[in-house]
Amino acid sequence: MIDLGHSIGLTHYLAFAAALFTIGVFGIFVNRKNIIVILMSVELILLAVNVNFVAFSVFLGDLVGQVFAMFVLTVAAAEAAVGLAILVVYFRNRGTIAVEDLNIMKG
Amino acid sequence: MSIENISKQLPFIIPEITLVFGAMVAVLIGAFAGKKSYRAVNYFAILVLLAAGFASVKHSIETPTLLFNGSLVIDNFGSFAKFIISAVSAGALLLSIDYLEDRNIQKPEYPVLTLLAVVGMFVMVSAHDLLAIYMGVELQSLALYVLAAYARDSQKSSEAGLKYFVLGALSSGILLYGASLIYGFTGTINFQKIASLSANANVGVIFGMVFVMSGIAFKMSAAPFHMWTPDVYEGSPTPSTAFFATAPKMAATILLARFCFEAFGPAIAKWQQIVSIMAILSMFIGAFFALQQTNIKRLLAYSSIANMGYALVAIAAGPVFGPSALLMFVSIYALSGVGMFAVVLSLRSEDGRKIESIPSLAGISRKHPMIAIAFTMFLFSVMGIPPLAGFWGKFEVIKSVWNGSHLYLAIALILASVVSAFYYLRIIKTVWFDEPKMEFAGGLAATSISVKGTAILFALLMPFIGLLYTATLVAGNMFK
Repeated sequence: MIDLGHSIGLTHYLAFAAALFTIGVFGIFVNRKNIIVILMSVELILLAVNVNFVAFSVFLGDLVGQVFAMFVLTVAAAEAAVGLAILVVYFRNRGTIAVEDLNIMKG
Repeated sequence: MSIENISKQLPFIIPEITLVFGAMVAVLIGAFAGKKSYRAVNYFAILVLLAAGFASVKHSIETPTLLFNGSLVIDNFGSFAKFIISAVSAGALLLSIDYLEDRNIQKPEYPVLTLLAVVGMFVMVSAHDLLAIYMGVELQSLALYVLAAYARDSQKSSEAGLKYFVLGALSSGILLYGASLIYGFTGTINFQKIASLSANANVGVIFGMVFVMSGIAFKMSAAPFHMWTPDVYEGSPTPSTAFFATAPKMAATILLARFCFEAFGPAIAKWQQIVSIMAILSMFIGAFFALQQTNIKRLLAYSSIANMGYALVAIAAGPVFGPSALLMFVSIYALSGVGMFAVVLSLRSEDGRKIESIPSLAGISRKHPMIAIAFTMFLFSVMGIPPLAGFWGKFEVIKSVWNGSHLYLAIALILASVVSAFYYLRIIKTVWFDEPKMEFAGGLAATSISVKGTAILFALLMPFIGLLYTATLVAGNMFK
């Protein structure tokens, strides 16, 4: 097992990832301005997950977590591409990307 | 794992390989022949879907087989679900052909995206570790976001796509975070190994389990994770909605069942409460919110939420009684869902406008008695009127919780069914007894034979379920 050092242990990584994840979720729900910010929040959530996976992987001495993180990175790239494409289509129709304008349908 | 080992395992995933190669061939045809190949690519994709469905049934095996270091499992439960998924996807694709041409958005990408989404669903259905869950869910979702936003010039469609994307990406993130917790606290992502450790799971694993279950519940639009459903259903092009309402629901319920039964089978006391609460919430939210809807697509969205509640009841019944009831219920729900959307798509006012509001369905029984009869059959079926298929689905679900002695779930199911019967009956009253509206004085025109044919074909399926019953019994016995 690789030594994580004396000062930074697994719990630090987990707390960091949990904080990052929470910021991401709040970024989606509290944010009232801009859809780009939502896309950034989604990326933040996925990166929090990656931190978790890599930290666990090192701690357990098991490579599966790092492989999982590589998959997550790849899928996150594809997801960002699809998301931005849909956002461009939306912008061309509406001329705005403000969150409060996302209301043609009730709900 | 050596190369020979891999080549020995490949025959088990012939359905998936068929779909992937079919999608690639369809992309090439579309790229070289352009827009004029639209119909050809569609028919080709439907053939590929049917071939994959038959391949999955033909290769189904009695004993569950683990593939690729235990990341996929092939068994009767999954093979049956794959067959139904490919059948309803083929139906939904058949519905799309004329509709997209009418709206002048016919492009060969649509069938390709459908094929890729179905590959994702197949992976979800036979997933046996957390990585396979994630890859399956994402492959399915990324294709579905694009299908929701497919009408590029429509404000509604692009808004639906954007909402679906944002909430779908959030749910994938939640699912992944749960997966990372389960991995960290058990040291494995394999269902079998998780199961051997889950009997005395610690808080970290339970947290992870709840996160993963919420992520999957999002995908199957079970309450309290249902908020996106009505908007996405209303905004998307109707054939996309028909697809969303059937095949992905089936894949997500099967995935949730597999996750609960296989990965957390020994920890049943931990997830049974959660599933029961989601089931009750979904049934009643689906039933009560549908009462005030006037748009038929929004109404069907709430109806699908309620139906996911019934499916969750079968999951709450546990691994002994649940699986066969679940398979039977969701298969019938998916088949009648495609039929109902075929009915919705087969009608329009004479000036060519699409019909989406319920009052404008008035009087279709006079102009198109066959469609009215088919619609009535589907509505009676989802309501649960005895000789029709939907009744047997609900009957099996109630029987499963009866055997599992969770009576309150059975009672809640019956109450919710009674409430939802009201709005189904109101549609039937509109169709048969209301006077046609002035604005539709010209009457209602029916569309092409393929859409009408799909509606009537699926309606004819409704009374014949004896075959389905024995098949689900065999397929559902996997976990005993």
